[in-house]
Amino acid sequence: MNTTDQISSGILGILTTDGLGGFADEAAGIIFLMMLATTLIGGIIAFNARQLIHAVQGLAVCFIGVAAIYYYLNSPFLAMMQMLIYVGAVCITISFAILLAAPEEDKKQGPPSVLSGPFGIITAGMIAFAMVSLALKTEFTIMPKVNMGDMKLIGSKLLTTYSMVFELVSIVLLIAIIGSLVIGRKGRSK
Amino acid sequence: MDLTILNAVVAVVIAIAFAAANAAYLVLAERRGAGRIQRRPGPNVNLFGILQPPLDGIKLMTKQLVIPGGADKALFLVAPILAMAPAITSFVTIPFSDTIVAHSMNIGVLMIFAFASLGSFAILLAGWGSRNKYSVMASVRAVSQHIAYEIPMLITVTTIVMMTGTMNLKELALSQSGGILHWHIIPSLSSPLMPVSFLIFFICSLAETNRAPFDLAEAESELVAGFHTEYGSMGFGLFFMGEYAHIVIGASLITILFLGGWGCPLGLYPGVWWFLLKVYLLIFSFIWIRWTFPRTTVYGLLNLSWKILIPISLFNLLLTAGLLKVF
Repeated sequence: MNTTDQISSGILGILTTDGLGGFADEAAGIIFLMMLATTLIGGIIAFNARQLIHAVQGLAVCFIGVAAIYYYLNSPFLAMMQMLIYVGAVCITISFAILLAAPEEDKKQGPPSVLSGPFGIITAGMIAFAMVSLALKTEFTIMPKVNMGDMKLIGSKLLTTYSMVFELVSIVLLIAIIGSLVIGRKGRSK
Repeated sequence: MDLTILNAVVAVVIAIAFAAANAAYLVLAERRGAGRIQRRPGPNVNLFGILQPPLDGIKLMTKQLVIPGGADKALFLVAPILAMAPAITSFVTIPFSDTIVAHSMNIGVLMIFAFASLGSFAILLAGWGSRNKYSVMASVRAVSQHIAYEIPMLITVTTIVMMTGTMNLKELALSQSGGILHWHIIPSLSSPLMPVSFLIFFICSLAETNRAPFDLAEAESELVAGFHTEYGSMGFGLFFMGEYAHIVIGASLITILFLGGWGCPLGLYPGVWWFLLKVYLLIFSFIWIRWTFPRTTVYGLLNLSWKILIPISLFNLLLTAGLLKVF
């Protein structure tokens, strides 16, 4: 080992997990909390936004946060699919629909929902209570790592063990496509 | 070598520097190329205008960022960042040679497409946030174009992934090592239509990067300047740089998927320069096409994708699947 190697390994040694021990764990925890915060902030923007397009942006932020959590949990394939399908396709399609729809100002406000006001607060409180009590009662165990979450395994599982579910989902999607075509076709001469 | 924080920081800095330097100097290359094709000098002060990009950068950065009244402030400010940031992120997984890669991911191809889809989101936000009817029309055009051309692109990539059995960009390039005859652009027994796939992918990358003849999102005769009409100073600069970063990524992807990556055609002087040579030749052809072809119409653009490119790429996918079973 020559001198430059020693120097560089000295610098790198400080920054590796061996050098600072618990630092890496703490950093991982902080990163995880940041992902959670991104998801939650996205969600809050999504349901609090006055304008529909802002709600979609919040949804996109929320989806990105979820994708980051997937990546953190060692499922890069799921994370990228989340980005590609939910952010890249679903959010863009919703925004596209908003662009083509009537402007925000012309929109008519419907009557307020039954759940708005005190009922809403009670419902939210009940749901929050249920979630918190569930979370506190459950004993969380760290599951062993089963696989690398790679594409090949997911693909073969989908087409063998879970082929029934896979086929059913594709039928649902087919029906959705046909339905949208029928609706879109209405009022066209040819 | 395990990934340390310093390594990660250095990799990120290099990725940003590479993307930004390329974006800046490709603008110069484009202007010089345009000048050459239109028989005028183009920027030529100081040794082929070598100082033009940094001076342009200073000019753009010192200008005031004007937010038009009535614009959606948050979206207006987020959109240019969203145009540039995903493009830089994609550089993380692109291998320049078998050793020079920041982070070789098993799903590299997927990652690039996932982040590229954020680009059209940026255009959508810019159009909407500007509160300008031309911008909104441009962004509607851009998004319908992106959706239309992403489909044949992904089908073509699926064909190649099916042949090689990997989504890792490094392994994809390595699967074509051993001379020009192993490159995916050359038709093989199991996939005789590969040159057609290459052409489809090339056309789609032109369309995905909003380049002429598919630059309907910024058709200045109808839409002023398209989705970035209201942008000035560095907001506009970020859109511009994002476009060129996307061009570099598109050219790198074509090189890795079809032209053997860093592999040399006849076994001469292997190294990273072959990769760069192929990438810059592709970028040159992008520039060349931009300044020699007229703009298509919206219907021509959408018909080309939905009625020609998608059926052909689907047919190629089925044919390759069948032939892979036979051979």
